[in-house]
Amino acid sequence: MSRKHTAALVGNPNSGKSALFNALTGARQKIANYAGVTVERKAGRMTLPSGEPVELLDLPGSYSFDAASPDEAVTRDVVKGTFEGEAVPDVLVLVLDAANLEQHLVFAQEVLELGRPTVVALNMVDLAERDGLTLDPEALSEALGVPVIPTVAVRRRGINELAAAIAEAETHADEEAHRRWHLTLPERRLSAKHMAKGATLSKSTRHTIENGVDRILLNPWLGPVILFGLLFVIFQAVFAWATPFADALEGGVGVLTEGVTGALAPSLFRDFLTEGVLAGVGSVVVFLPQIIILFAFILLMEASGYMARAAFLMDRLMASVGLSGKSFIPLLSSFACAIPGIMATRSIADPKDRLTTILIAPLMTCSARLPVYAVIIAAVIPQTTVGPGIGLQGLVLFALYIAGIVGAIIVALVLRRTVTKGAASGFIMELPRYQLPRIKDLAIGLWQRAWVFLRRAGTIIFVATIALWVLLSFPKAEPGESQLDASFAGSVADAIHPVLEPIGFNREMSLALVPAMAAREVAVSALATTYAVDAEDEDLAAEGVTSQIAALWSLPTALAFLAWFVFAPQCLSTIAVARRETNGWKWPVVMVAYLFALAWLAAGATYWIAVGLGL
Amino acid sequence: MTLDGFDSGRSARIIGVDWASLAEDEAKRLKALGVDEGAEVAIVHRGVFGTRDPIALRLGNMTIAIRRAHAHAISVETA
Repeated sequence: MSRKHTAALVGNPNSGKSALFNALTGARQKIANYAGVTVERKAGRMTLPSGEPVELLDLPGSYSFDAASPDEAVTRDVVKGTFEGEAVPDVLVLVLDAANLEQHLVFAQEVLELGRPTVVALNMVDLAERDGLTLDPEALSEALGVPVIPTVAVRRRGINELAAAIAEAETHADEEAHRRWHLTLPERRLSAKHMAKGATLSKSTRHTIENGVDRILLNPWLGPVILFGLLFVIFQAVFAWATPFADALEGGVGVLTEGVTGALAPSLFRDFLTEGVLAGVGSVVVFLPQIIILFAFILLMEASGYMARAAFLMDRLMASVGLSGKSFIPLLSSFACAIPGIMATRSIADPKDRLTTILIAPLMTCSARLPVYAVIIAAVIPQTTVGPGIGLQGLVLFALYIAGIVGAIIVALVLRRTVTKGAASGFIMELPRYQLPRIKDLAIGLWQRAWVFLRRAGTIIFVATIALWVLLSFPKAEPGESQLDASFAGSVADAIHPVLEPIGFNREMSLALVPAMAAREVAVSALATTYAVDAEDEDLAAEGVTSQIAALWSLPTALAFLAWFVFAPQCLSTIAVARRETNGWKWPVVMVAYLFALAWLAAGATYWIAVGLGL
Repeated sequence: MTLDGFDSGRSARIIGVDWASLAEDEAKRLKALGVDEGAEVAIVHRGVFGTRDPIALRLGNMTIAIRRAHAHAISVETA
């Protein structure tokens, strides 16, 4: 056959589908969106024992074809072949959690009813054994009428057998299948119960790990303390652990800059390379370590099953501002980047809940703000400790995160009483079983996120940096005149500066905000470029933006700049994603307007209070 | 009696659910998870403050978080 072969993983949420997907495809994955909807399409290439490649699709986890969310609707439509532009998969790989058979066999029957060539992966058999459950795959295979392969995705157990079964299944469509099912939901449940019972060889009454661990982690008093402690550790780690790597990257950029300076004769092109490209992109890329550390924690929390517990613990708090624990996961993701955060709101069924979450997501301190915070904090906050292991710099960073959260709480309260008024939403969620995350799965997830960041640095940020360099470098200053004053950028900054001057911003800051509309972190590269261009002394230019800020900015000014970035919607990508997710310009405009107003007020208040206190 | 008032840790059999009092999507989701007439559940955890919301249920091998308001729509008897 010359046609491209396809297979799709389908199953309940928490059936270990993604780990199985990683085990089958390795790192050869492509993440995009399904045409016309905002559901993530994860595809990868797996190899059959014959060496033939197959495109494998990881469909969103689903409890039923009677879809309660856009994700589930995609799974239903793709599997049934009614999704436009998406070929119906040749083989379905139905993933079942071995320890949760009775539940997962309900949806399984809906899938098998379609009569498509299907292979069952009886996944996480090791966890079932841990819970004292011994299963009989043969009996299950007999009951379902399709091959059943026991797998442990995280240990690659059964992966080759599964690949062989997929190759086999392609040639054997079960034409009879759909005649065997066609049941109502209660009938399906009953049948699932019988099949699960028939496939269970022995079952001890051993208590599952979950009960014991949850007794501590979901303890009404201890649970929130542990969660808060964990979040504090994450933010301290982001700031402390990343430093050596960031320093190394920064050193690398420095070496490159020197190399270029040495290799080329002084020219406009050399300035373009050193002051534009290297200074700009370099000062953003050095924050990659921090972004990776933050994502590593988020991925760990997701993979271990703790994230859902965090949602459980946060639900009461979220309910008090009219949201639910489900908003916690998108909002927590927004700490890394608002874009995946806003996209993760798709799992929130209630439309008003979802809209509120989208509107407040940009208030969560995303990793793009870290470069700005990091540079300003390093420049103006002394590197002292205020207690064992608690650095003042980390504490200030923590306070900035808290400021964003408090802002989000207030905004959510206001929104739920005005524009998104309506009945309080609910919270229904499965708490998955605890699992030891696998390094390889973490690595794949981290790589995908790091790549997204680097691609942004290489495109949007690169272009914005170059544009700014051009604006800053032309027209050329007369002798004795400052380059910044003479440039195009100087004129733009002059135009917006009167609005920003009352809140303590100097002209370089007003200037940096212009290109930072493309992405917040560009503010740092913009400042770097601005100061590099404006410095008459070569040594001063080389000293880096941190020491420049320490020398040139007053403390109230620096604090006002930090406060501005807690709220300012300085990210075109976020605005674009919000438009896509809300299907129009209305809500992004509301979002941008309220965020700029808040940013101005917060920066102003910070500046005036700091000046008043004599800082 | 309804599930929200049921003792933690004890097994309860669901004898009826007032679906009309729940939002359509929530009703769908509960049914899909197996929270329906005839199922046996037990409350294993309760939330923190005042109303002790949300509630974590044990259903078979699954743990499911729901709100008290949902539990209030679920009629149970001792299993």
